[in-house]
Amino acid sequence: MQYKSQAVAKPYFVAAIGLFVGQIVFGLVMGLQYVVGDFLFPAIPFNVARMVHTNLLIVWLLFGFMGAAYYMVPEESETELHSPKLALILFWVFLVAGALTVLGYLMVPYAKLAEMTGNNLLPTMGREFLEQPLITKVGIVVVALAFLYNISMTVLKGRKTSITMVLLLGLWGLAVFFLFSFYNPANLVLDKFYWWWVVHLWVEGVWELILGALLAFVLIKVTGVDREVIEKWLYVIIAMTIITGVIGTGHHYFWIGTPGYWQWWGSAFSALEPIPFFMMTVFAFNMVNRRRRDHPNKVATLWALGTGVMAFLGAGVWGFLHTLAPVNYYTHGTQITAAHGHMAFYGAYVMVVLTIISYAMPMLRGRQANSNKSQVVEMWGFWLMTVSMVFITLFLTAAGILQTWLQRVSSTPMPFMQAQDQVAIFYWARELAGVIFLIGLVVYLFSFFIKGEEKAKA
Amino acid sequence: MSESFTKSTARNIFWGAAVFSFLLFLALTFDTTAALPKRDNRANLTPEVVRGKHLWETNNCIGCHTLLGEGAYFAPELGNVYIRRGGDFIKAWMKAQPTGAPGRRQMPQFNLTEEQLTDLVAFLKYASEINTEKWPPNIEG
Repeated sequence: MQYKSQAVAKPYFVAAIGLFVGQIVFGLVMGLQYVVGDFLFPAIPFNVARMVHTNLLIVWLLFGFMGAAYYMVPEESETELHSPKLALILFWVFLVAGALTVLGYLMVPYAKLAEMTGNNLLPTMGREFLEQPLITKVGIVVVALAFLYNISMTVLKGRKTSITMVLLLGLWGLAVFFLFSFYNPANLVLDKFYWWWVVHLWVEGVWELILGALLAFVLIKVTGVDREVIEKWLYVIIAMTIITGVIGTGHHYFWIGTPGYWQWWGSAFSALEPIPFFMMTVFAFNMVNRRRRDHPNKVATLWALGTGVMAFLGAGVWGFLHTLAPVNYYTHGTQITAAHGHMAFYGAYVMVVLTIISYAMPMLRGRQANSNKSQVVEMWGFWLMTVSMVFITLFLTAAGILQTWLQRVSSTPMPFMQAQDQVAIFYWARELAGVIFLIGLVVYLFSFFIKGEEKAKA
Repeated sequence: MSESFTKSTARNIFWGAAVFSFLLFLALTFDTTAALPKRDNRANLTPEVVRGKHLWETNNCIGCHTLLGEGAYFAPELGNVYIRRGGDFIKAWMKAQPTGAPGRRQMPQFNLTEEQLTDLVAFLKYASEINTEKWPPNIEG
């Protein structure tokens, strides 16, 4: 650790991992409810478990991004953070707000929660991923702005690198596009149209800039390859991201009341969306092959390579699978979407946050890398989680293909629940893979507590 | 990548691409906005429909169901449920929940009044009349 103020990243990373555990537990609850429908009903109905599962994911990834920024920016800018104190205050504000929101979901009926939290003043709740009460949404904006102020001031007073510029652009974009979550017209088509300006322009737009910046930073550190080379790659990758991803939003505008021409725009541009992800994989492997040093933190390198591969498979390949309008006509809103969502989020965003944590956490704990023993255990965590996520995706894909056939393609279409019963075996298999994922997560957590011999002092 | 292709070239490509993409996206958004009045059934956005959408949101229906294919995938598509089942069935169904059938997926009881049920049905009827390019492929959603 080169700058004292980088230490504020540590609580962010710890909170991120803690919330990650919560996310997986609720994922297992939902997975079981798919086959044992009355499990935990009426205490935790499926919709509540799902809100907790998806909202925890978003919140812990945001914790990860913020922690990453606090760690990276002082080092890149070669100066202390503008205000470490503000960073710590924001940490507690965000953690308490997040915890209260999740408790609200779990303890209060949603309609009551909406009434209590001023949703009648400005209705924004009850839309997928944007379920947060108004006060939470306002809180997110306040925390994001104060965080951006802190980071931007640091960048402005110090060295300006391409990595920090891309990171800042991504983080500012994240905050700006979130503002569309406050726009909820009664007109369902307009509501849906602009809802995607948050959801799609986040995950297939500005978040990819953050992803690229994090990956580039770690690759510079672990490979020692010239910054000029890495930053050139970064720009080319994010250029492709924007070219394909922005008009690629059109793949969500096929069947929601928007004009038919989106089927052409959306299909053509989003069919190219795997390209930036493929480039990311080539980039990661290329840089590691051309490494000029052997960094003792092997497991961080593994996470970085894994991010490239799994983001390409999950976001690129599984996205392409159902992005062409004639295919999507049949698969839209089936388990195929769920399969893609799982591997894309894990491969791109979960893994990149775990990459930066894997690289930075030993530094924050005063060593360049964890002991060999600890790294081997973390690698077990990597493989268990990654392989089980591949299986979760494969089982959901199988369920999705069958569902699509039975319910949509067949000449005697089956009602929804009847088709669900037919594919139950795949839901059981998915749940089993989910349990293995949880075991992998426990192994991963365990690796933090293994001491062993330290290789080198930081 | 070759030496003649410099970082500043790459950066310029990025900025050019970003500006071009967003301008094109805004142009398409503008055109979509102009085309929507003929497609989005806004003529039927009655006060009942508006109240119905509010009920749809504040009871987190999207947490289990899909609406025009978006949402959770745990329970049936409701964009065309008005056509599939009709208003009376929807009301009776909601009043009868949860079924309590062992091991089956359960829908909570939302305790809506008769007037609220009418609003919700009005919203689902409005949603079923949006021009969705003939999606879903069949009545089962």
